Amino acid sequence: MEAFTLLLHGFAVLLTWKTLSLMMVGLVLGVFVGVLPGLGGPNGVAILLPLTFTMDPTSAIVMLSCIYWGALFGGAITSILFNIPGEAWSVATTFDGYPMAQQGKAAEALTAAFTSSFIGSLVAVLLITFLAPSIASFALRFGPPEFFAVYLLTFCSFVGLGREEKQKTIISMTLGLLLAAIGMDTVSGQLRMTFGLDPLLRGVNFLVAVIGLFGISEILLTMEERLALRGHSANINLRVVLRVWKGLPRYWVTLLRSSAIGCWLGITPGGAIAASFMGYNLAKRFSRDPASFGKGRIEGVFAPETAAHASGTSALLPMLALGIPGSGTAAILLGGLLVWGLNPGPLLFADHKDFVWGLIASMYLGNVVGLVLVLTTVPIFASILRVPFSAIAPMIVVSCAIGAYAIQNAMFDVWLMLLFGVVGYVFKKIGIPLAPFTLALVLGNRSEDAFRLSMIGAGGDLRVFWSNSLVGSITTLALLLLIWPVVSSGASRIRQAIAGGTA
Amino acid sequence: MSITVPEPDKEVVVDDPALPSEPSPAVTSTRSVEIAVYLLLLALALVLGFDNWRTGIGWASDGPRPGYLPFYLCVILAGASVYGLGVTLVKKTGATTTFVTRDQLRRVLQMFVPTFLFCVLTQWLGLYVASFLLIAGFMWLVGRIALWKSVITGFVFSLAMFVTFEIAFDVIMPKGPLEAALGF
Repeated sequence: MEAFTLLLHGFAVLLTWKTLSLMMVGLVLGVFVGVLPGLGGPNGVAILLPLTFTMDPTSAIVMLSCIYWGALFGGAITSILFNIPGEAWSVATTFDGYPMAQQGKAAEALTAAFTSSFIGSLVAVLLITFLAPSIASFALRFGPPEFFAVYLLTFCSFVGLGREEKQKTIISMTLGLLLAAIGMDTVSGQLRMTFGLDPLLRGVNFLVAVIGLFGISEILLTMEERLALRGHSANINLRVVLRVWKGLPRYWVTLLRSSAIGCWLGITPGGAIAASFMGYNLAKRFSRDPASFGKGRIEGVFAPETAAHASGTSALLPMLALGIPGSGTAAILLGGLLVWGLNPGPLLFADHKDFVWGLIASMYLGNVVGLVLVLTTVPIFASILRVPFSAIAPMIVVSCAIGAYAIQNAMFDVWLMLLFGVVGYVFKKIGIPLAPFTLALVLGNRSEDAFRLSMIGAGGDLRVFWSNSLVGSITTLALLLLIWPVVSSGASRIRQAIAGGTA
Repeated sequence: MSITVPEPDKEVVVDDPALPSEPSPAVTSTRSVEIAVYLLLLALALVLGFDNWRTGIGWASDGPRPGYLPFYLCVILAGASVYGLGVTLVKKTGATTTFVTRDQLRRVLQMFVPTFLFCVLTQWLGLYVASFLLIAGFMWLVGRIALWKSVITGFVFSLAMFVTFEIAFDVIMPKGPLEAALGF
C-alpha cells in the first residue's frame, strides 16, 4: 500500500490553484491540437514545450501530459463527426463512429468514445501506479550493461515487430542514432561529424527535429490533401450520456480486452495506432455478429478508443521507470525531462518523489477533468473545423518556429526545423516510419554512453553482455527479436514447402 | 450540461475555396523518389562514415574510440540503403503509384515557399513582424480571405504571441527594427 500513500502525496502536490489551472489550460490546448488537422499529440507537445521552460518541472510535466490527454480525446471528435481522423490512432474509430453519426447517433458515438478513452487510460494509470515503482526499484540494480541491453531490446523490437519494410525501419533508426552522435563526444570530448560548422557543436536538438518532422511536414501533407469537409454537428446531453453509461457493463469483455491490448502495446513500442486497430479487429472477430461492424455499432467505437488510450497512457510507464519511452509523445516528454534537468529512469522514483507522484496523480485527475470537459464542450471544439485552414496553417508554422527557436535561442534551429519538415514529408510519403527515428534520436547518446561505459568496465570484452543471467537474457531476447522476421518467414516457407509436398 | 453552438445533428459543410478537382498529371512516381532517397542516404552514409573513420574507428584499450559506433551505424545505413535500392529496382514497386500530382505539388509549394520566406524575414524583421506578414499574406493570397480579415487575424495572433512569450513567459524571440523602435 506504499503506492497508495505516495499517490495521496502526489494529489497533495497537485492541488494548488496554479497547477490545476495549468492542467485546464493543457487539456483545452490538447483537445484543440487533437481536433485540428495537421497538428497532433506529439507535435502539439513539442511546440508547446518551450512555454514550460521557465516553469518548475512538476507544473511543466502536468501541463504537457494534459496536452497529451487532451489530444487523445480530441482525435475522436473529428473521426466521428467528420470522418477525418484527427490522429492516426483514431482511424479505427471512424469505422463505426462515422456511420453512427450519419444515423443521427453522433452524441452516443462521442459519449462512447470519450467514456472508453477514459476507461482505457484509467486501467493504464492503475498499472503505472502499482507496477512502475517495482520496475524502477528492480532497475536500480541495473548497471551500464543492463541498460544497454534494454536499449538494444527497444531498438530490436522496433525492427523485428514493426510492420514497415525492414530496411526502412533500420534506415530511420540508424539515421536517428547518427544524428544523436553529432557534436561533442561525451566520453572523449572529441568532435564528431561537425564538418567545421559551429552550430553543429551542440548536436542536433531532438525537439527541433521533432517539430520539423511532425509539425511542418504534417502541414505540408494536409495542404497537399486539400481540405474540404462534410460532417455532422452534435450536442451531448445528460440523458444520452446516462443511456450510454447504462449500456456499458454489457461490453465489459471488449473494454477489458482492449485495455489489455493497449497496455501491452503501450509498454512495448507498438504504439497507440497498432493498439487501436488490434482492439477493433479482435472485437470484430470475437463478436457474435461480425457483419454488423462498420455499420455503426457502438462496440466498434469502444474497442479502438479504449485500446488507443490505454496504450497512449501506458507508454509513459517505461519512460518513468526505465527512461525508455514507449511512444513518440513519451519520447518528447522524455526530451522535456532532460531539459528540466531531471534524469528519467529508476532514480527518478527515489530522488524526485514529488515529481513522479505529482505526474501520476495528474494522470487520474487529468482524465476525469478531460472527460467532463470534452463531454460538455464538444460543439465548441467541433466548430473549430469551420475556421479556414488557410488561417490555421500559417499560425501553426509560426508556433513551430517559436518552439524551435526557443529551445536554444538559435536561428540555425529554425532552418534545421524547415529541413526536417521536408525530410518528414518525403519520408511519410515513401513509407519510412518516423517513430524509430524519434526514439533513436532521444536515446542515442544514452545508449552509446551505456555501451561505452560497459566496455570500459569490462576492458573491451563484448562478453559482458552475457555476464549474468539478467543481462544475458535481455541481450539474447533482443537479438532474437531482431532476427524474428527472418525466422518467421523461413518457418512459413518451410511450412508451405511441406504443405506443397503433401498436396 | 449542453452548450448549443451549432444546431444538433445538422450537416456541417466546409468547402475548400482553393479549386479544381480534375485529375492532375503526376509529377513523379513513388518509385523514382524512393530511388533518389536511397541514393541520397547512401551518399550521406559515405560522407559521415568517412568523417568517423578519420576520427578513429579502432578499439582502444578502454573500449571503442569515438568514431567506432557511428562508423558502424554508417555501414548499416549504407547496407540498408543498398538493399532498399535493390528491392526497389528489382520489384518495380511503386512504379505506378504517384508520389505527387502537379496540383498537389503546387499546393505544397504554396505552403513551403511562404514558410521559407517567413524564416528569411525573421532574420531581418524579427519573428513577430514576420509572423504578421506570413499569416495576413497567406490568408489573403492563398486562402482568398478578405484583406481586412486577414490583416486583423495576423495582427491579433502576432500580438497574442508577443504578449504570451515576450511578456508572460520570458521566452526571447528574434526581434527586429519595429520592436526596437517600440523600446523592447
